[in-house]
Amino acid sequence: MTEPLLSIRELRVEFPTRRGILTAVDGVSFDIAPGEVLGVVGESGAGKSLTGAAIIGLLDPPGRIAGGEVLLKGQRIDNLPPEGLRRIRGKRIGMVFQDPLTSLNPLFRIGEQLIETIQLHTGMNAAQARDRAIALLVDVGIPAAERRIDAYPYQFSGGMRQRVVLALALAADPELIIADEPTTALDVSVQAQIIALMKRLCREHNVAIMLITHDMGVIAETADRVAVMYAGRIAEIGPVRDVIGRAHHPYTQGLMGSIPTLTATAERLTQIPGSMPRLTDIPTGCAFNPRCPHVFDRCRVERPELLPAERTLAACWLYAADRRATA
Amino acid sequence: MSTAIVEQPNEVFAGTAGPLVKVDHLTCVFDVSRPWLERTLAGAPKQMLTAVADLSFEIARRETFALVGESGSGKSTVARMVVGLLSPTAGQVTIDGVSMSDPRLAAAREKLRRRIQMIFQDPFASLNPRWRVDRIVAEPIRAFGITRNDAEVEARVSELLKLVRLDPADGRKYPHEFSGGQRQRIAIARALSANPEFIVCDEPTSALDVSVQAQILNLMRDLQDRLGLTYLFISHNLAVVRHMATRIGVMYLGRLVEVAPARDIFAHPRHPYTRMLLDAVPDLAMAGRQRKPVDGETPNPIAPPPGCPFHPRCPFAAERCRTERPHAIVTGSVSVACHAVEEGRI
Ligand SMILES: Nc1ncnc2c1ncn2[C@@H]1O[C@H](COP(=O)(O)OP(=O)(O)O)[C@@H](O)[C@H]1O
Ligand SMILES: Nc1ncnc2c1ncn2[C@@H]1O[C@H](COP(=O)(O)OP(=O)(O)O)[C@@H](O)[C@H]1O
Ligand code: SF4
Ligand code: SF4
Ligand SMILES: [Mg+2]
Ligand SMILES: [Mg+2]
Repeated sequence: MTEPLLSIRELRVEFPTRRGILTAVDGVSFDIAPGEVLGVVGESGAGKSLTGAAIIGLLDPPGRIAGGEVLLKGQRIDNLPPEGLRRIRGKRIGMVFQDPLTSLNPLFRIGEQLIETIQLHTGMNAAQARDRAIALLVDVGIPAAERRIDAYPYQFSGGMRQRVVLALALAADPELIIADEPTTALDVSVQAQIIALMKRLCREHNVAIMLITHDMGVIAETADRVAVMYAGRIAEIGPVRDVIGRAHHPYTQGLMGSIPTLTATAERLTQIPGSMPRLTDIPTGCAFNPRCPHVFDRCRVERPELLPAERTLAACWLYAADRRATA
Repeated sequence: MSTAIVEQPNEVFAGTAGPLVKVDHLTCVFDVSRPWLERTLAGAPKQMLTAVADLSFEIARRETFALVGESGSGKSTVARMVVGLLSPTAGQVTIDGVSMSDPRLAAAREKLRRRIQMIFQDPFASLNPRWRVDRIVAEPIRAFGITRNDAEVEARVSELLKLVRLDPADGRKYPHEFSGGQRQRIAIARALSANPEFIVCDEPTSALDVSVQAQILNLMRDLQDRLGLTYLFISHNLAVVRHMATRIGVMYLGRLVEVAPARDIFAHPRHPYTRMLLDAVPDLAMAGRQRKPVDGETPNPIAPPPGCPFHPRCPFAAERCRTERPHAIVTGSVSVACHAVEEGRI
């Protein structure tokens, strides 16, 4: 395998609170290959956004990285001084959030914002940067880009704004884009357009995408591989078809069965009893054990690591070597 | 004993012939002009927004009729008119033969109110945060005078909490002590407490995680079977609608473009907008699929396109579509408003 573009090793994010330290991301590890789309999926509170924010050094205090490493092309970036991280953000790692107005300043014309970003990272002069800005807007599908470049964000629809944010994220030719729920606020027809656009940009610009979403359908359409998060940990990770079609972790299996689809014929949806634990009372051992139909003694005391299960890795003791031998 | 009160299906009305709900040419126009003085100074005209236009459909007893469409298509406005929270600009809603707007039927309508309930997307906003759960659930029982005996009310609340799979002891807690899914259960228990037969559900699971959504959708189906409920189920999520509905109406810019049995609409979508919607939904079975998304976004409802409102985005649009509004053509159990379908072009 080629060297990973991004490598996360045992990442831990903590919040000190009055009632003690909360661990919101707990020992998360994964790689993203150049040009790959890695989906990160899970229910709200699973730790998806914090994982993304930790990678680019945008954790809001008092949240902090309490352990682990983040490597970009083999170079550690989690321990860089703030100035060093700021240079990487925007230049080598672009960002897209659910609300386009997180990235766009409503008081400035979109052209000004694009040109500023391009000049900051590339050293082009103003005229060159403007040409590049127009080219980027054309690339992300803004009609009449030469005229629209002088419009303000409020003059764009939600879908068009998200296209502008993608142009902004691409401005400095990054190697990776971290997109946190980029289509969640959009209607399905516009969402489909943005998904198609992201796939094309990923291909044509050879940029990798870490796609964070709670929507498994979006992942199915877009991602090459997917990591399923539960209670701050990765429950299962693997090729998207395998995780969706042949899940091995009991949580992933339950999750897939609970999603209504356009083709399934089941009268009832699979039900996982209970709900994801709060950070203040994550069970010992496997975090899923109180809800798991296959729980056994070991699950309550020892935390499972990611174990090979056919083509995926599942954090579940059912796939421990001794058990598989007897199964 | 108390179980009997709660679980008594609505036999009384189940025998009556005809649809339970009839919606005729329902229209709602909002005045969205700037304030009068400002408008006069700027010489700006009045601005009217047609949120719902000439909508007609029927809901049979014990069925789930779903309205689906993208945001702003008018679904919630229909819901509010159907339960009587909003007066229609034109047209009317008739429930069990009683017009919801005829002033002469005020007394009959008052009786009808108990039989109609609503569940909203945000269960938190609809639950009084300062009331304990048992008081919240009991409120309709007292308001509609179903019983005033405290012991009976208490027994009934505890049955209702069990019915929605909560612990009767939860009645002593406040809404903020519950998760989103549990709050939606509380809202359902309250909606059921006056023994209604028709429940309007506006995006009841849209704020919930998928695993919690599955619990609520399963619960709603169980309750329908046990209590003989009729649902108007509103959602922007086609997969959810497919799972729940017997019949589906697809809305675009305030209009119904297609109404058909759920099975039909997913197997053979007829209206070009329905086809586009179905093609746009990301689906689990679609990993690795390539497709061509439709261009454009929903136009401004203040100035909708003339003729067929979908024509600027429609791959089948012809000259006629740009000037003449298509009317619903009924064939069997399916109703479609599209010139191309009428002409047999698609
Ligand atoms: N500033 C904070 N203080 C304390 N807990 C936080 C803070 N920000 C996030 N969390 C908690 O961390 C967990 C993970 O959050 P997040 O990464 O946003 O989840 P996701 O994006 O998967 O929905 C949640 O339980 C959330 O409540
Ligand atoms: N009270 C109101 N005043 C003005 N416009 C409204 C009002 N309520 C809804 N609208 C408008 O009516 C249209 C339909 O809204 P709504 O029924 O909420 O749609 P949906 O529920 O399908 O998203 C939208 O364009 C919305 O902005
Ligand atoms: S480790 Fe045990 S409790 Fe956890 S998912 Fe596997 S079987 Fe279930
Ligand atoms: S009436 Fe014409 S524009 Fe409208 S949906 Fe049918 S073919 Fe398309
Ligand atoms: Mg998030
Ligand atoms: Mg609505």
